[in-house]
Amino acid sequence: MSDLLNQDEKPHRGGSTRREFLTQITMAGAGLSFAPILVKSVTPTSALALIQPVKVNLMVNGLAKSLTIDSRVTLLDALREGLAMPGTKKGCDHGQCGACTVLVNDRRINSCLTLVAMCDGAQITTIEGLAKGDQLHPMQEAFIKHDAFQCGYCTPGQICSAVGLVKEGHAKTDANIRELMSGNICRCGAYQNILEAIKEVQTT
Amino acid sequence: MNELVGKPLDRVDGRLKVTGAATYSAEYYPGNLAYGVIIESAIPKGRLKNLDTSVAEKAPGVLKIMTSQNSMSLHFPAGSDPGNGKYAEKDLLPLQSERIFYGGQAIAVVIAETFEQAEHAAMLIKADYDKDKPVFSLEKNIDQAYKPKQGLGGSEVQIKRGDADNALQSAAVTIEETYTTPVYHHNAMEPHATIAEWKGDELMMYDATQSVMGSKNLMANMLGVKPEKVRLISLYIGGGFGSKGFSWPNTVLTAMAAKLVGRPVKLVLSRQQMFTNAGRRTQTIQKISLGTDNAGKLNAIKHATTSETSFVDEFVEPAGIATAMLYSSPNADISHSLVRLNKGTPCPTRAPGEAPGTFAIEAAMDELAYKLKMDPVELRLLNYAETEEQKNKPFSSKNLKECYRQGADAIGWKQRNPQPGSMQEGNYLIGYGMATATYPANRSASTAKAILFADGHAEILCGTQDIGTGTYTIMTQIAADAFALPMEKVKVKLGDSSYPKGANSGGSQVSASVGPAIRAAALGAVNKLIKMAIADSGSPLHGHKEEDIVAANGRLYVAKTNSGESYEQLLSRNGGKVEALATTNVSTRQQEANPAAKSGAEEEAEKESKTNAVVQDDEKTDRKPYAFHSFGAQFVKLRVDKQLGTVHIDKIVSIMDIGKVLNLKTAKNQIMGGIIFGIGMALMEGTGYDPNDGRVVTRDLAQYLVPVHADMPEFDIRFIDKPDPYISPIGARGIGEIGITGITAAINNAIYHATGKRVRDLPVTADKLI
Repeated sequence: MSDLLNQDEKPHRGGSTRREFLTQITMAGAGLSFAPILVKSVTPTSALALIQPVKVNLMVNGLAKSLTIDSRVTLLDALREGLAMPGTKKGCDHGQCGACTVLVNDRRINSCLTLVAMCDGAQITTIEGLAKGDQLHPMQEAFIKHDAFQCGYCTPGQICSAVGLVKEGHAKTDANIRELMSGNICRCGAYQNILEAIKEVQTT
Repeated sequence: MNELVGKPLDRVDGRLKVTGAATYSAEYYPGNLAYGVIIESAIPKGRLKNLDTSVAEKAPGVLKIMTSQNSMSLHFPAGSDPGNGKYAEKDLLPLQSERIFYGGQAIAVVIAETFEQAEHAAMLIKADYDKDKPVFSLEKNIDQAYKPKQGLGGSEVQIKRGDADNALQSAAVTIEETYTTPVYHHNAMEPHATIAEWKGDELMMYDATQSVMGSKNLMANMLGVKPEKVRLISLYIGGGFGSKGFSWPNTVLTAMAAKLVGRPVKLVLSRQQMFTNAGRRTQTIQKISLGTDNAGKLNAIKHATTSETSFVDEFVEPAGIATAMLYSSPNADISHSLVRLNKGTPCPTRAPGEAPGTFAIEAAMDELAYKLKMDPVELRLLNYAETEEQKNKPFSSKNLKECYRQGADAIGWKQRNPQPGSMQEGNYLIGYGMATATYPANRSASTAKAILFADGHAEILCGTQDIGTGTYTIMTQIAADAFALPMEKVKVKLGDSSYPKGANSGGSQVSASVGPAIRAAALGAVNKLIKMAIADSGSPLHGHKEEDIVAANGRLYVAKTNSGESYEQLLSRNGGKVEALATTNVSTRQQEANPAAKSGAEEEAEKESKTNAVVQDDEKTDRKPYAFHSFGAQFVKLRVDKQLGTVHIDKIVSIMDIGKVLNLKTAKNQIMGGIIFGIGMALMEGTGYDPNDGRVVTRDLAQYLVPVHADMPEFDIRFIDKPDPYISPIGARGIGEIGITGITAAINNAIYHATGKRVRDLPVTADKLI
């Protein structure tokens, strides 16, 4: 199904498709066949004069990434713009909506409030890294089954937050789940269905 | 064949959305991409005297700073309306002059190698202004109000029948109250985002829009490019709720910036900018007057709304529009007035008109019921509109009485003590409230293309879009039934302006408009396949009669003998594919504003549709005698903390009469979403403005509160699920907006029942209850 729906991503004329772009920045990553995107290093274009470049080594979804990047860049923008991994969403850029939630060393954090320079040596799990190949994470399966989204824009953050919550061991009651998921806003209003999805994963 | 439509199936794009693989408009990476950041005016009215960009220009990574001095000239869009592209500020094209009409207006765009560099350079720009005296208070400038001639798309907004003033004077029981609602912001989770790339005179755009066709036409129009040179894609949209229905300056500015630097440019609004530069629901002041006889039968209804618009365009929030048809009354007077303010232009927000309007009329009906010492449900049944009295037409379908009955049962309406303030549980006052929901059932012309391939799969192409509601899913269900194929063999492609023109996502019209076109196209393709088989001497169906041949499970066969062959077998001998175009030229609106000139492709589709029996049947239905509306009943049970005045909603029951339900799972979700928007309106949302400079002070999601997980009640959402016999052969009416209607009044009425306090000013925050 996903193949059928994966529509043409070709720009009108010229330029690179997203896939071509990813190919251009892809480095060899043999043996890690499940990785959606394999990026070892992203070097900014030549016209980029960085004020304070920092070198950061990250493990993103189990893959080593080395970035030389503007010290002002947030983890969110490093993922979305630097590594071309747009699964993590920008909703408010102020830590108020939760759309950018990722797991850093297994803790759920707002990647928009985290400078990538603070993440040297960190293990980062994004929405792109939850599935094992074609096998979805149980939380992803539960979100589909319970229709826990509409537009899908807050969904990566909701899922990462939910995975973190279950790991924290506090997803025991409806009231707890509701309280501890309240940092993740869903404007489409799929909250009830998100609750059902989390409860299903919590009890299995 | 109606096997998949109606089933509560999982979303077809679910896997893409839970894995982060669905691509929203900011998520494309053309080579050599640059980043744009908009600089906003810090004053609400005046003239930009000087813009000092000298320091910013030298900042690292800056490519250009686009101002009115170096930006390309734009054309004022002709025939601007929602169906064909509506630019939000018709009298103010961005960066074309130095005049300033509102705080937050775009005065420059920084384009740099990276987002960080663009943001940094934006801080280095210094603006000097000649300031004029602005106006931004609706209340203080109400003497400047004028009556607009018409609303969006040419709709009527000054409506009368009988003589309401005279009838009010002779009424036995009257109420007259004023209800107010604040400015609300849509706050879709995905900020408005555009990527633009020029290749010579050809323009490629990715844009978060509720109208790919409209946005494309508008860009061509404004930029002075032929429409066929512009392609606009919007595969996934992170919510719109009306804010992405009009085009805002950010979209055209991205195209202008890309032209200026000769590189693709990405421009995404910040959450803060979405409060000034991307529309809002206007503040309203609504005066309601109701008059009845001693038994409670309505004789007069008046609903006078004053709302705001900008100095650069006119938008009417038609709050009284539902009041004209909601109840039976010989006399009605519905009016709308506007005050121009130095703020950005307002625009439709989920159920524009009905959302604030049903708050006022349905709270007023509750007040009237208490004054008459009647049950609020009984008052509504006594004044039930069997026909649409303003247009003097029967409804195409209306089952509202059944909605009231089921809703009252489910919430335990009869078991409550109707006396306000009489029910308590510990520290809480308990309240029950109800209200009527309604929204018009819109349908407009749409075109779709259907293709059957020799490998047994089929595709639908339609230039509409899924703003997150489930359009991909329900259209796949409709198409799969029509193609006689399983879901997984059908790929529905939307969100690309190169496809045939589909409806824009506004006015809850996509399901009702696009569904019949897709069905007709798919059935048209199957019919061509049948004709192909009959003509093919190699087919077991050769020479059979068309009416004897049936399609099921990807196979054509003679019903009596079961002799036949698969689509694959037939198509592999006959050129590999078959295509059909269908245009269903049906409208439930009174007028189509500014129909756009037809392209060659559209003319071709209309020509083919003349031979499509499904289209001809659909278009033959005479819809003029009917009024098309959806209805529902909203019931609420809540508790109010006696000391703190905080409101906790325990349960919401929503019974909806929306015609045929296409997918119970996505439909429930969508109604629930509308209700939650209404919880926000009723209890917490509201945009605050600085009274001194008119700028928004609640500019983010920490200041502008929206409902979160912890605010959620228990939901009981049900549908009557009776197909509308006239709207389309499918029988489905749209459901994007009706969920938000009535719910704010139901909550408000429950608060009154709990506390005995009537708050006529939304949102009902704790301070208004203690």
